[in-house]
Amino acid sequence: MRSRRGRRRSRYYLWLLLATLILIARTPVAADMARRWLPLVKDGIHDPKSPALRLLQQPGEALSRLPADVAGSQVNWTAALEQGRINPRTNILPETKIRVLDTDILLNLRGGTPIVRFPHRQHTVWLDCGNCHEQLFKSKAGANKFSMQLILQGEQCGVCHGAVAFPLTQCGRCHNTARDKPLPAAAVRGS
Amino acid sequence: MRKGMLMCLLMLMAAVAVLDVAPARAEYGDVVLNKRSDKEGMRPVIFSHWFHRIRFRCKVCHDELGFKMRAGANDVLMVDIVDGKFCGLCHNGQIAWGTERCDLCHSGRHGLESRIHGGNQSLGPGRW
Ligand code: HEC
Ligand code: HEC
Ligand code: HEC
Ligand code: HEC
Ligand code: HEC
Ligand code: HEC
Repeated sequence: MRSRRGRRRSRYYLWLLLATLILIARTPVAADMARRWLPLVKDGIHDPKSPALRLLQQPGEALSRLPADVAGSQVNWTAALEQGRINPRTNILPETKIRVLDTDILLNLRGGTPIVRFPHRQHTVWLDCGNCHEQLFKSKAGANKFSMQLILQGEQCGVCHGAVAFPLTQCGRCHNTARDKPLPAAAVRGS
Repeated sequence: MRKGMLMCLLMLMAAVAVLDVAPARAEYGDVVLNKRSDKEGMRPVIFSHWFHRIRFRCKVCHDELGFKMRAGANDVLMVDIVDGKFCGLCHNGQIAWGTERCDLCHSGRHGLESRIHGGNQSLGPGRW
């Protein structure tokens, strides 16, 4: 038969274990899995004394309702748009022409990492042709010399990816097409 | 044996408590505009991409309004905003609240650099 002291002690261990688990659940590592956004007052750029902090929307309030991703703003913006979870305006001036293109271009055809299938559609629903052509990229298949080094330095695809669109740590989202299978027939061959 | 277990648990708790200090990090894609604000005694301006892209596609600002896609590349003056340019095309009391609500835009800490914050920048290797 166990003594009362023994029982009390095992309850004490149980509480200690529980407290440890709660603390672990609050660490950044675990929080990443559960998607957590810093409140504005702790984000390091908002002035905690600014009267705006009571009025501005907290990122978590808006972003937690959108399809999840693991990096950047932790939102899969392509999915958010395609599923109709958001419907951002395409224009303010009524005369603006909305241009959308649905062709894919295969890049990195000669490299060692998987091929990069660049999709025009997922880009032009957000962006206008002029955001990329002709300054950033020439609109001719194979006419641009891409370089991962430059991308990592914030040029080419890195102008947006790593700043506003999904970050460069998500290699597989760009290097998305296997090299050892037949190439997708509909896609245009780039460089 | 029990004592050993207790020590282990206590040390684990201490380690976790130390790790728990989450680093301050601006939201991904937040841009600080501070070419003149600080010098003129106003808090720097914070522009959030996450908030605006829920409501507007990139092309609205970067094509229709002509915001260049480089933090600091646009010479934004308050008089121009009040005049209906830059942020003022929307923050005019019609599409969004107007320019009289200074604090909502000028909400940054003093001394911030004009650039994209949020742990990811488009300039310089190893900073993404
Ligand atoms: C294309 C239109 C548009 C442009 C351009 C624009 N905004 Fe906004 N902004 C909005 C709308 C719409 C809202 C939401 C207004 C509301 O909730 O009533 C908003 C809200 C905000 C908010 C408040 C966010 C919150 O948490 O409630 C801030 C701060 C802000 N904008 C700053 C800026 C700054 C700084 C600029 C210029 C660099 C700018 N905006 C340019 C449309 C725009
Ligand atoms: C925004 C899209 C994008 C992302 C994200 C991206 N890459 Fe690339 N990468 C490219 C493009 C485009 C090229 C083609 C460059 C060329 O043709 O030489 C490339 C080329 C490369 C190359 C050189 C060619 C080769 O296959 O040997 C390597 C290596 C590479 N990427 C590795 C990576 C790694 C590792 C990551 C993740 C850390 C990554 N990339 C993330 C777009 C991307
Ligand atoms: C996010 C950047 C981006 C946007 C926005 C964009 N493009 Fe492209 N475009 C590219 C890239 C990258 C290539 C590949 C070039 C290469 O192979 O070197 C390309 C290639 C092309 C090509 C040549 C390949 C082919 O299909 O024959 C055409 C034409 C083209 N784009 C037209 C357009 C039009 C029209 C729009 C607007 C509706 C547009 N692009 C928007 C990045 C973009
Ligand atoms: C002008 C800005 C811009 C440039 C330049 C750009 N992208 Fe993107 N890209 C975006 C945006 C915005 C999205 C939407 C998803 C997001 O915001 O995370 C996107 C999405 C994508 C997707 C994901 C489609 C999906 O299924 O989710 C791929 C792949 C991609 N980009 C590859 C590239 C490659 C490769 C390049 C360079 C050749 C490039 N992008 C250049 C802005 C850009
Ligand atoms: C409501 C207006 C607005 C919308 C919508 C918007 N942006 Fe921006 N963007 C800005 C402003 C303002 C700046 C800062 C310009 C400056 O500092 O001069 C900026 C800066 C940028 C930069 C430069 C960052 C750097 O590192 O220098 C990139 C890249 C960018 N935006 C991409 C995008 C993409 C991609 C989208 C769509 C997903 C988008 N923006 C939607 C207003 C907007
Ligand atoms: C919609 C957002 C917004 C609102 C509201 C706003 N500002 Fe600004 N303001 C800006 C931006 C963006 C800049 C350029 C930031 C920079 O580079 O320093 C700026 C710059 C300034 C500057 C720097 C000098 C100059 O003339 O450009 C002053 C001073 C200033 N604002 C005062 C005010 C005052 C006072 C109010 C309220 C009556 C106000 N602002 C409301 C966005 C805003």
